[in-house]
Formats: sequence, structure tokens, C-alpha cells
Amino acid sequence: MREFRFAETVDEALALVADGFVPMAGGTDLVVAARHGKAPLPDRVVSLQHLRELAVIESTDNGLLIGAIVTHAELMGAPDVVGAATALSDASALVGSPSTRNVGTIGGNIMNASPAMDTGAPLVVLDGQIVLGSTGGERQVSPAELWTGPGSTSAMPGEMCTAVSLPSPPPASGSAYVRLEYRRAMEIAVVGAAARVCLDPDGSGRVVSASVALTAVAPTIIEVTGASEILEGARLMPDDSGASAIDGGPLAAIARAASDQATPISDLRASDGYRRHCVGVMARRAVEAAARRAGGATLTVPVNRSTGMGVSL
Amino acid sequence: MNHQFNLEVNGIVYPLDIDPGRNLLSVLRGEVGLTGTKEGCDDCECGACMVLIDGQPVNSCSYLAAQAEGCSVTTIEGIVDGDRLSDIQSTLLDAGGVQCGFCTPGMIVSAKALFSTNPDPTPDEIRIGLSGNLCRCTGYTRILKAMERTARP
Repeated sequence: MREFRFAETVDEALALVADGFVPMAGGTDLVVAARHGKAPLPDRVVSLQHLRELAVIESTDNGLLIGAIVTHAELMGAPDVVGAATALSDASALVGSPSTRNVGTIGGNIMNASPAMDTGAPLVVLDGQIVLGSTGGERQVSPAELWTGPGSTSAMPGEMCTAVSLPSPPPASGSAYVRLEYRRAMEIAVVGAAARVCLDPDGSGRVVSASVALTAVAPTIIEVTGASEILEGARLMPDDSGASAIDGGPLAAIARAASDQATPISDLRASDGYRRHCVGVMARRAVEAAARRAGGATLTVPVNRSTGMGVSL
Repeated sequence: MNHQFNLEVNGIVYPLDIDPGRNLLSVLRGEVGLTGTKEGCDDCECGACMVLIDGQPVNSCSYLAAQAEGCSVTTIEGIVDGDRLSDIQSTLLDAGGVQCGFCTPGMIVSAKALFSTNPDPTPDEIRIGLSGNLCRCTGYTRILKAMERTARP
């Protein structure tokens, strides 16, 4: 690296990015990748860490606007996020360790574009939009438009992520993110799934719509096609039964759909077949947890640490 | 092009003139001369390099020294209580929570961060607080016992 600068305003940061500086928030991905030969440190880096306006979570009439350098530690505990975007809190609470959660940010996680990123699937099911700023103005893109492959995005030169926008959740809805992990800290998702379930506000407990997205089973985070049709009409069971939160048939179908649509790789952490099977299990568990939250249940964040979840099909 | 800035470590300001790509760990050990912070995995996995930045735990192997400009860095050398060991350190020694000792500075730094925000953590909260620190000797039991004893002396 030849040059390191702190930006003191967002405009200054955007001008430097237009000039070829690479924006850096916590730096966890950039610095580790450099020392392992994956990618050298960029020649010129602009640190965003002084930009307090990118470090706030703003609650508006239309939803939440989460600044790009909000950390995972903040996301896992912020009442607005836990309340309206619980899946994102579940995911942030699973990232790394207390130290990585203190330093790592939502914007960094998004722009690093790992298919195993934990915050990605929640953004998809919560209908999040990524705000890309540049000296020419700003635009919003959906996650599906942004991520084009492992480590690659459709952001243009001169653009940087400034925020994530999440619309207000529909009434009687809930969301959750779960992942398969071999250890409980410093782990990367073997596979994962996020779900959002919206129930009929009439209190009947019937699902009116749903979405499911999958982690680490394709070159990018993917959304399960047909999830809403599979789950529509499924009924939320009484919470105190201790059994499955919603009808077993649709749960088995959503697990099959997730496994069928996954195109995982084999690597040292799991074979493709194991990932394909387990992502179905994760999808089912995410839907169960989201449905229970939609029905008013309070489940631990992260829900991975909650007990009594998951049924054998 | 070198990067010139001041780095505050354990209350002392060090003027630095370094390659801006150097991580905080290498600068603490090589320039500042404080070798209590250890290089373990150098991959943000093991926690041996843990330091506090403005009181928050950070893996110094995956953090540029330049990022810490304007912040207060605390290393294991800054955690002693005058010329005596801090409570966390002496309890860890008494409990047999130190074997080879390589993970110990990082464990203590993480524990310091935990106890400063949560003076009376539950065993689960202690596990989460130390979850970024690996130990290959003790099997963790004595470390956790020591932390519980520190929490409830």
C-alpha cells in the first residue's frame, strides 16, 4: 500500500473513491486477504471509520436505513433491528467473535460478496436494497442485482456502499436466519438459510406469503424460487406444543425445494452432497423460527442458540 | 510512501513513520517494542493478538496500525495494576489456567473487555466473551473457572 487516508466527510470519501482509492471500513477482510496472498492490499485506501453519518441506524416512516459502517455488534443488539429485521440480528450475532463483530461492518460484509456471508440471506428475505454512492449521486440495487459471483459485485468504479435500506416489515411477519456450523465461534457458515414468513393478520395463523434465501450453496446468496407458493396457506400451530411450528407437509416441501435449487461445491468443510442435504434442513428451521416469531413468540437472538428448534421429518 | 502518525499505546504516544500497510500487531511488537501481544495464526482466528482499541477487543493481526490513529490502544502490558498483576491475571495463575502461556495475553485482554462492560457475567456470557480466543493446552475448564472466580470473588 502506498497511501492511507481517513475521509472526514462522505463527499471527501466519494471523491477519493472516484480517484481510485479503495474504501475500507473495519478492514478485516482486506487485511487478512492480503497477508494470505489472496489479494494484495490496495495501493491507496480511504478509511471510512470517521464518518459518523455512516455509522447510524435510522428509523424512518418507510423502514430502516442502516449506515454502511454499522458493525455486527451493533446490529445484533439494536432494538430497531432486532424488532423489524430479526434475521439480520440473528446473522450478525453469528459472525466471528466479539472482536470481529466489533470491527466488521454490514457494508464491508455486503461488498466483500462472499457466498458464505451471514448477512446476505437476511437482506434478501427482508427485501433490502443496497445504497451505492458516487460523486454522481446515488442509486439503490437489490442484492440479486449487486452480487454477480464469489467476491464480485455489479458496483461500478467510483461507487461505494453507503447504506442498506430495509422497508418496514408487513404486519404479522417474522424473520430468522440459521446456519450449520461446526463450532460456535470464529466460524463461517457451512450452509445457512434465512426466511421471512407473513401470516394472515386475521389471527388465523395461516401463512399469506414467505421468502427463503440460502447461504453458501451457490456462487452468490440465492433466493428459493416458489417458496411463497409452497408455504401459502400453511397453518401456524400453537407455540406451546413443543412440536413443529407449522404444518409438516409444507416444511418438508420447502426443505426439498432448497436442496433442489442449491448448486454447492465440495471443499474441506463439506461435500456438495452434505451441503445440499443440510441447506434443506436449515431452510426448514429458518421457516419454523420465522413463523413462530410472526406468531408472536420471542426466540433467542441468534436463534441458532435457541433450543427446541427443528423437528425430524 | 511511508505514513506518519501518532499511535497511543497504554497512555504513551509513539510517533511512527511506517509502511501504511503494516498491521497493528507487527507495529506493536516491532516498532513500539511491546512483545506481550502474540502472533498466533496471523489469520484472525486464534485471538493471541487481541488488544483493546478504545476499550473494545480487536484482533491486531487483521487491523492496520494506521487505523488506530486517534484511538487509545491497550495491550496486555497496559492491563497490570501498577506493579502488581491485575485480578484477572492472578486469578488465572492461581486457577492453573496458564500452561504454555501463549494464548494467555489474548485471553486476559478479552476478559478485561468483558468485565469492563459486564462485571458479573454468567458462565455463558464468559464463554461468548472469550469465544475468539483459542487455547491448545488447558481444555478451557480452568480458564473458565478462573473467570467465574474473577466475576464473583
